[in-house]
Amino acid sequence: MAILFYVFAAVAIVAALSVVLQRTPVYSALSLIVVLCAIAVEYLLLNAEFIAVIQVIVYAGAIMVLFVLVIMLLNAGHEVPSSRSRLARWLGMPLLAAFLIEMLFAVWRYLPPSALAPQAPDSGPAAIGGLLFKNYVLPFELTSVLILVAILGAVVLAKKRL
Amino acid sequence: MVPLSHVLALSTILFVLGVAGFIFRRNIITIFMCIELMLNAVNLAFVGFARQLGQLDGQIYVFFIIVVAAAEAAVGLGIIIALYRTRESLNIDDLDSMKM
Repeated sequence: MAILFYVFAAVAIVAALSVVLQRTPVYSALSLIVVLCAIAVEYLLLNAEFIAVIQVIVYAGAIMVLFVLVIMLLNAGHEVPSSRSRLARWLGMPLLAAFLIEMLFAVWRYLPPSALAPQAPDSGPAAIGGLLFKNYVLPFELTSVLILVAILGAVVLAKKRL
Repeated sequence: MVPLSHVLALSTILFVLGVAGFIFRRNIITIFMCIELMLNAVNLAFVGFARQLGQLDGQIYVFFIIVVAAAEAAVGLGIIIALYRTRESLNIDDLDSMKM
């Protein structure tokens, strides 16, 4: 089991590098689908079966279809390199490296690499549903309002004249 | 089993890659995809902590984050299409003012 985690962690990192390094948006989108599926496998290995299925259906399915559709609709081709943001180019890399090292150091320092807790939570759909509709029922209802607003916003934005 | 620190390390690496793409890419759609990458890195940390603490609340948060990400993708891509219609460009150097 553990070896699968590291295999798919490597897949996720390589595909994420590909998302960042590809110059054509379609290739980035396809690499991002690989990242999302690899993360779904990690969820499965972390006893989050429901989240893994949601990840594949909603993220890798619906959201990425939307992305690929927009990329093809707008005919987004090769990215033209530009030299207007010098600050990000020269300052970004050292700051990011510092952030990465600091975060990894903090994880390594304060969370000793002991194994995960042996008791896995009961994470079936019944348990998730019970928690969602008992403890988190107000956020759940607010989410429906959020989605309604998002639908209205998308319709307004897609009108011919803003 | 996998230690929590390894899950968090993977999450950190994915998050930093997302930030790197956000800073260095010029195409607005690619930048948007890098935001999704960052959201997923945070989701992975949530699930790791939920597993470590033996509670389901972290997974519920991930559920809500995915819903918000779906709404964000719909509105964001609508904004991108509207921008493209007025500016005829996807390069963020051409999209540096909010006014249409």
